[in-house]
Amino acid sequence: MSSETKNYALELRDIHKVFNQGTINEKVALDGVDLQLEDGDFVTVIGGNGAGKSTMLNAIAGMWPVDSGSIIVGGADVTSLPEHKRAKFLGRVFQDPMTGTAATMSIDENMAIAARRGKHHTLRWGVTKAEREQYKEMLRELDLGLEERLTTKVGLLSGGQRQAVTLLMASLEKPNLLLLDEHTAALDPKTAATVLALSDKIIEEHHLTAMMVTHNMKDAISHGNRLVMMHEGKIIYDVRGEEKKNLHVSDLMAKFEEVSGGEFANDRMILS
Amino acid sequence: MILSYFASLSLTSLLNKMPNALGQGLIWGIMALGVYITYRLLDFPDLTVDGTLATGGAVAVMLVRGAGMEPWMALIFAFAAGMLAGMVTGLLHTSLGIPGILAGILTQLSLYSINLHIMGKSNQPINVDQYRLVVSARYISGDALTKFKFYGGVILGCLILVAILYCYFGTEQGQAIRATGCNKNMARAQGINTNFHTVLALMISNGLVGLSGGLFAQYQGSSDINMGRGAIVIGLASVIIGEVLFGKFCEKRKMAFAFTMVAVIIGSVIYYVVINFVLWLKMPSEDLKLFSAIVVAVFLAIPYLKGKYGKKKGVAKQ
Repeated sequence: MSSETKNYALELRDIHKVFNQGTINEKVALDGVDLQLEDGDFVTVIGGNGAGKSTMLNAIAGMWPVDSGSIIVGGADVTSLPEHKRAKFLGRVFQDPMTGTAATMSIDENMAIAARRGKHHTLRWGVTKAEREQYKEMLRELDLGLEERLTTKVGLLSGGQRQAVTLLMASLEKPNLLLLDEHTAALDPKTAATVLALSDKIIEEHHLTAMMVTHNMKDAISHGNRLVMMHEGKIIYDVRGEEKKNLHVSDLMAKFEEVSGGEFANDRMILS
Repeated sequence: MILSYFASLSLTSLLNKMPNALGQGLIWGIMALGVYITYRLLDFPDLTVDGTLATGGAVAVMLVRGAGMEPWMALIFAFAAGMLAGMVTGLLHTSLGIPGILAGILTQLSLYSINLHIMGKSNQPINVDQYRLVVSARYISGDALTKFKFYGGVILGCLILVAILYCYFGTEQGQAIRATGCNKNMARAQGINTNFHTVLALMISNGLVGLSGGLFAQYQGSSDINMGRGAIVIGLASVIIGEVLFGKFCEKRKMAFAFTMVAVIIGSVIYYVVINFVLWLKMPSEDLKLFSAIVVAVFLAIPYLKGKYGKKKGVAKQ
């Protein structure tokens, strides 16, 4: 319990989650996840399909309650809070560019909603003039030509543009933790690189603590200061600093094979 | 035979129907605004409407007759009664997890009994000679000043409602409702309580429907247990007619949302003009609801069919 004296940006304590418990589709999604993020940590999360990467992020975001364990964000225990109440701690960008923004609303309205994340929704104007100017400046920095399209419906933007806007939105009201859930997976390689660079920039500028799930091991190595690998609902590998910098894709591949191969060997042993 | 059919149609009688179509269309246009809020903004097919309209009528008539309330004040209570009905549907859906359509049907069904309780029987008249009704079909056949006051008042009332709604949906709360209707995942990720805002939107929508029902009961001089039957279809028809005819025009405007709401009210007027027209063409009145349903089905199908068969053209062009 000594860890309680220190305030981490994020602390996961022994998180368990089973989907469809007691049915034929039962799936142990998170099997005792422990993780502590220091302020300013930028963690990349890798692992095979069904390893629990996105599930971990969804557990933090509160899309459903976890079975056991606790989730502490910025010193506040959010384990029992519903999704919308956790939002004030979290910035989120999703894999599907459609998910992060409201398509039928304009760019400035989307941003204004994000600027009010975690606040009461009153009868004051949804977007003020001063805000529009501010958003214009922020969009100009993106260099995507969006600053002249403030009142354009977000649904008319490309996937990359939408992800860029979603990233801006996530950082408008500084979150305790930024959750990037394979947010470049649905983009073409060039756009993905742009959005990734923008993510780096925003995280650095605002000194954000961030978690980024990715399928791309190269990206996982070249971004952030820490890397964790998940397998079958557990964190099986956690490197940071110099050690992480010196990683190669081949190291990660070997690690991957070690865990899945080891499992394979175990299965064989049981069968024989 | 065809000739005698045409000979039997009188243009004067058609023109005589139009003032009533306009009055009725404007009043039902307020209900259509309510349907627009749920159907388009909230993306929630709310079937409470049929019951709420009659509730509004029952409240607006019985408070005047039974409690001696001023007719205009009774309309405020009709609005409030509608909001309550919307709240029930909203809570059935959000707190008890009942699918939206079913939640609306359950409330609608229960309102049938409640409306009977409010009225005591299935029909309650209200006499324009006894009470200072806000609107009445009688005003249409009155002198020029009465007519002007009626149409001017109703149109002004509609425009004020549009202005209020336009402003409201530009506030933080209104935007939260729109975000909830557009993308629940985004809304929750941005800290919006989607359940609360779903209930809120249903309350506002049904409040408008209740107000419309109250106005219509005073307009036709009675409230009837069946006055709301098929109201949702009329509301949808108004929304779709307004969008199909004026959608392009509204889109480009600066206050597109306000124009769209006006278009929905005009859509309701057009609906009643068309209905009066087909009645004038001697379509049996018992076929009206069938006709309305077919019209709405056709207009709802158009965007789908366009998307399905229009796509091939688009590919061919490339």
